[in-house]
Amino acid sequence: MATKPTRLEVNCMTGEESIIELTNAEIAQMEADAAAFATQRAAEEAAAEAKAELKASAKAKLIAGTPLTSEEADVLVL
Amino acid sequence: MATYTLISSTTVATATASVTFSSIPATYTDLVLRCSNRTASGGVETLNLQINGSTATNYSSTNVRSNGSAALSSRTTSDTSATMYTSAWSSITANVFSSGEIYIPNYTVAQNRQIETFGVQENGAVAAFNTASASLYRNTTAITSLTLIYTGGNDHLAGSSFKLYGISNA
Repeated sequence: MATKPTRLEVNCMTGEESIIELTNAEIAQMEADAAAFATQRAAEEAAAEAKAELKASAKAKLIAGTPLTSEEADVLVL
Repeated sequence: MATYTLISSTTVATATASVTFSSIPATYTDLVLRCSNRTASGGVETLNLQINGSTATNYSSTNVRSNGSAALSSRTTSDTSATMYTSAWSSITANVFSSGEIYIPNYTVAQNRQIETFGVQENGAVAAFNTASASLYRNTTAITSLTLIYTGGNDHLAGSSFKLYGISNA
């Protein structure tokens, strides 16, 4: 049987340290948090990638002397 | 003059999902948590903080993170924990830990909690991150426990250490 994840608790009054198995509810919360984090990270990475592409496109158009889109101008001046 | 008093400290001996300081005495003005930490994650992951064991959606954080080539600003709201800083992770240079300081003023006063954090991660090779964050926990109960977790649900690796200080006369 797989062992459950644990948590470390330090009692500041007594100095006692305890290693405690997570409850099913705590495991479920941890898994939900992890899923939310993965979604958030994917969104951040997608936004960063899109911004980099806009910057590259804006630079190329500036060099070529062609008009920029509003979104391309935004990444240069905002 | 403000004085720092070590309340408690711990070093993780075996990988564990969270580290909690409980029964924090109410005898100081502010709290400071110094962290030297490394996550079991195989990639970028953020250290997060929960207060009094609460996982209610009462946390929000504004963060700025830089790595020398790009800066990223982000904000989380109605979250189940407060976002602290980018941690050292398992696949970077061995024995490298990130360092961070979490400052919590007026932790016994009946007001919403402000959390101010600065953390750095230098991997000893080609990547480094600086993170600064300002967080809010919307609850006025005095703080009696602090829990450190990773947003991706990964473990704190052995060797990670945490020191909780109380500040008097801040």
